[in-house]
Amino acid sequence: MISLPARSPEGVITSEGMACDLLCFPTVEQYPKLVRAFKNAGFQMAIDVCGVDYLEQMDRALPEGVVATRFEVVVNLLNMVKKERVRIRVQAGTEAPEVASLFEFYPGVEAMEREAFDMFGILFTAHPDMTRILMPEDWEGHPLRKDYGVGRVPVQFKEAPGPR
Amino acid sequence: MTDKVRTANRPDLLVVETSEGEQGLQPRSQTSKAELGREVGSVLRVSGLTVDPNDVDFDRQDDETMIINMGPAHPSTHGVLRLMLELDGEFVLRTKPVIGYLHTGMEKTGEQLTYTQGATNVTRMDYVSPIANELNYSMAVEKLLGIEVPERAIWIRMMMAELNRIASHLVWMATNGMDLGATSMMIYGFRERELVLAFFEKTAGLRFNLNYVRPGGVAADLPDGWQDDVAVICETIDARTYEYDQLLTGQPIFRERMVGVAPITAEEAIALSVTGPVLRSTGVAWDLRRAMPYLAYDQVEFDVIVGTYGDNFDRYAIRLNEIRESVKIVRQCLDMMPKGDYRIQDPKVTPPPRARIGESMEALIHHFKLFTEGMHVPAGEVYSAIESPRGELGCYLVSDGSSKPYRLHVRGPSFVNLQAIPLLMRGGSLSDAITVISSVDPIMGEVDR
Repeated sequence: MISLPARSPEGVITSEGMACDLLCFPTVEQYPKLVRAFKNAGFQMAIDVCGVDYLEQMDRALPEGVVATRFEVVVNLLNMVKKERVRIRVQAGTEAPEVASLFEFYPGVEAMEREAFDMFGILFTAHPDMTRILMPEDWEGHPLRKDYGVGRVPVQFKEAPGPR
Repeated sequence: MTDKVRTANRPDLLVVETSEGEQGLQPRSQTSKAELGREVGSVLRVSGLTVDPNDVDFDRQDDETMIINMGPAHPSTHGVLRLMLELDGEFVLRTKPVIGYLHTGMEKTGEQLTYTQGATNVTRMDYVSPIANELNYSMAVEKLLGIEVPERAIWIRMMMAELNRIASHLVWMATNGMDLGATSMMIYGFRERELVLAFFEKTAGLRFNLNYVRPGGVAADLPDGWQDDVAVICETIDARTYEYDQLLTGQPIFRERMVGVAPITAEEAIALSVTGPVLRSTGVAWDLRRAMPYLAYDQVEFDVIVGTYGDNFDRYAIRLNEIRESVKIVRQCLDMMPKGDYRIQDPKVTPPPRARIGESMEALIHHFKLFTEGMHVPAGEVYSAIESPRGELGCYLVSDGSSKPYRLHVRGPSFVNLQAIPLLMRGGSLSDAITVISSVDPIMGEVDR
């Protein structure tokens, strides 16, 4: 397990994560500052960004002091020199989840943040192009949310003749 | 009815019908200057990194340029990739990939399937290298379960993964040749791949989407006489790579279209989170097999191939040489394959053999529980990654302690590498756009999932 980089914001809760060198639980305010500190400490690549909807898991196990919210944004950073991985889990909010975009530090998160927006409705402030990426433009709802049903659209061919 | 007929007399309707709305590439008149400065040549808007603000031609008007669609049904896009290109004559100014045409909600599907069934789902994501997908998923599940697979399973997995890398790169060589008009390469690539697929069929029963690598080990032991089959594959493909060398590497037309076309620097590639051969072509020796070894990659000898200029030709050369390196690894697997179990002897993970069910009540119960309920995975979350033929293939898995994943997220290398396309195409001609798509090698099943 490694320690937090220099000039990280005060009071970030960390713990030991599975298959990573450090697991951080910043608040929404601490999040961009923490990522900036990691970037300055040599984590060159944001390898993955994804959202998780914990609707049925509000009582999940979290380190003491972390206030669980419904949506989480999970970021994996990679230090290619020291070969270290860091995972950051941000409690993004329950009703209107919104976190800062990492585009400023890592332009490569552009598509991944759009995917998290498309699938979960998590907004990324200051993202240059916050549009849907996988679903059609006029799609209603965010499919990977837990309250979004499976197989809601029974037939794709709207004008097909009905069953005889 | 007549409203729906597309004619040149109704250009407004044509636009409406083909527009992607906000997702699409917007005309210059609807793009602010600040955004244009970020966006020119690259939808990625590499902030201040690549695009020189003075380089932007703000005065250009809409009527000097043209936005066209390429795809989603264009044969050179290797699937259903749609690119919106802003052209100045024959040269590409801006590009934006519009994706999602193959989106089938596989991550949502993954939440409905048990851990045992899950491998059949993920194997269909990157359909050119199914073993890599299964391996990645299985390793994530095994990390959550906290189990170690037997030695033989590790080596079988490694050998199959490398064979799959060979097959995948051969398909790339074939389709890349096709895109450049080298149709003989097309035939040769698919011919050699057939050898690998035939071996897959002999081992797992299927040619692709194998469901061969499963949590706990592999589905079946290697067939009798597998050493001979693998030796023949290694020998044939190794020899054939030198034929491809003769056919393509020095060929003037091929070189003309590859050398120096669409370069990318290491800084740009890292900033865009690009991995795999595209990153290595810039000279960054980043290969998870070497950097963060998994399976038994620390016990075999192979070289990490890197390029220098990051152009199309480097990406071609890297893939060709990676085939040779994979052959090298497969040969070592052949020599060093240990004996023993090919899957873990844990009744909570591995179903009992058919013969045991008739004899043992316990085996019957385990079998029944495993196939009705599935295995229970301890609550937790894990991100595990492997080097697929296209780059870092990651799997973020959240378990709530039940028999189905609470969240299954796959970090597809094609999806992320696709972001490099606008940057690579910037300023190039439209005909080079074809080679750019090909050299990044996106598999649309993995892009859209």
